Amino acid sequence: MRANRRRLVNWLGIVCGFGLLASLPLFLNDFLMTIAVVIGINVIIVFGLSLLMGYAGQISLGHAGLYGLGAYTSAVMSTKLHLDPWLTIVAGALLAGAAAYLIGLPALRLRGHYLAMATLGAGVIMQIMFVELSGITGGPAGISSIPNLKIGHLILDQTGAYFYVVLAAVAVSLWLSLNVVRSQKGRALRAMHGNELAAASIGVDTARAKLFIFTLSGVFAGLAGGLYAHYLTYISPDSFGTSLSILLVAMVVIGGSQSVVAAGLGAALLTVISEYFRTYQDWSLVFFGLSLVLVMIFAPRGLFVETAAVAKRLVARVVKRRGPVES
Amino acid sequence: MALLKVSGLAKSFGGVKAVSDLSFAVAPNQIKAIIGPNGAGKTTVFNLLCGVFAADAGTVEFAGRNISSLAPYVRARLGVGRTFQNTLLFDEMSVEENVMAATEAGLRLNAFAYLFRWPAVARAERQRREIAAEALKLVGLQDKARDPAGNLPAGERRLLEIARALGTRPEIVLLDEPAAGLNNAETDRLKHAIRAIRDRSITVLLVEHDMGLVMEICDEIVVLDQGAKIAEGPPLLIQEDDRVIEAYLGRPADNA
Repeated sequence: MRANRRRLVNWLGIVCGFGLLASLPLFLNDFLMTIAVVIGINVIIVFGLSLLMGYAGQISLGHAGLYGLGAYTSAVMSTKLHLDPWLTIVAGALLAGAAAYLIGLPALRLRGHYLAMATLGAGVIMQIMFVELSGITGGPAGISSIPNLKIGHLILDQTGAYFYVVLAAVAVSLWLSLNVVRSQKGRALRAMHGNELAAASIGVDTARAKLFIFTLSGVFAGLAGGLYAHYLTYISPDSFGTSLSILLVAMVVIGGSQSVVAAGLGAALLTVISEYFRTYQDWSLVFFGLSLVLVMIFAPRGLFVETAAVAKRLVARVVKRRGPVES
Repeated sequence: MALLKVSGLAKSFGGVKAVSDLSFAVAPNQIKAIIGPNGAGKTTVFNLLCGVFAADAGTVEFAGRNISSLAPYVRARLGVGRTFQNTLLFDEMSVEENVMAATEAGLRLNAFAYLFRWPAVARAERQRREIAAEALKLVGLQDKARDPAGNLPAGERRLLEIARALGTRPEIVLLDEPAAGLNNAETDRLKHAIRAIRDRSITVLLVEHDMGLVMEICDEIVVLDQGAKIAEGPPLLIQEDDRVIEAYLGRPADNA
């Protein structure tokens, strides 16, 4: 059947993509691998954020705070309580999910963009808490000597090895995201995005559907935070500010919010650019703001989604010119 | 016993009484219509029945249960399906998927089942496909299952919206002006579909302006004028009711 074949092609594409990514450490030097790890971490956050923006029709301007919550939770639990970092990363992800749930519970009962406001506030509050709760968080100086991840006696303190941990986490979060998108849940979400009144008329609890997606995106952000903390082994409040929240939103919009994979590519593109623009820190925000505006005007569905659409049209035109191909 | 029972329903917008002290009942397996001149409050009644608006006074009972304070999605899950006057389809989905989306009402799984792709998801998906196929067949759209909903002509969009309402496995469907803007051939298909639905023991309540359609297929009619019920009964009696004729045509000059 055609649908089955398309699904097979999709899965083959994903498997080949991950195979290619897994071979990256053979080609790239340490600096580039560091960027690859950061990309992976950002991609995990962006998967959740694209579900929230492209499917639930909501925006979060505080995802950096949830990311920080995951990072701090895992860092504190592993350094002060000496718990296994694998466990503390999971704990951080769950706590960030719980925080998202609590923020979303009141904000998502109201129609409109109350979540954007609520998350903007919550993000700022969380960053202030990372500074002010200095007894636990180390204040502005942050937490250092966070333990590395270990598999048995193998310490994952090399970027090349850590890359595979991040890659596995990307794969798991992609799998979870696609399970949601390609199921009745995704259908209900698309229905809601199409028209909330019509969605309610067929039994979709729109407030709850949004809350579910926002909570899931919180779990992803928390997971990414934990991975970040145990990669750098040092965290400070500066890494979890509102400008990162906005950069994450830009990644989703520029990549394409209606497709988790496209949004992931957006994360990769913007991470690379921001790493290379590191020396022009102040100008990078201007650059991202400008590209955000340009993309929204000229490619409103996102750079990668529009490119794919153009490619599809071109292929269709070529096929047409050659006459129908027996399939 | 009545399947749907409305008692003393009232709703005002600002100072305007859209619906006042409205009571009527719909028996199971009936086709009933609400008619009335423009602005009589027909769509407002629908929105009160579905929970889009909260009533100022009065109750809506469905299958013996007071549903007046329930949210629209809860009423849909209980078995009250509806369509919209301005046809709100999910244009980016296929015809089949529009109906499958509606099976959310009857076949709910918890979020973890979807996240981790438990076997129950695939099982439910097969059931959803069956429900959709059955609903599409009932309205005669089985050959268009794979088409994008956005490509359907007006008549078939109406039929699809009805099929989508059937996807919730309702006991009653409320159709808001299903024949508006349809040509004769399309209206015939609609008539066929409405009768087929009733033959599946699903009760139908519709708001409609096409009097030919209403008189032909309905068992009973409620007539509204300026938010109040002025007549109720079988089509033949309604056609001869003086107050109904007056509401539609105006009062004869010598009585004024």
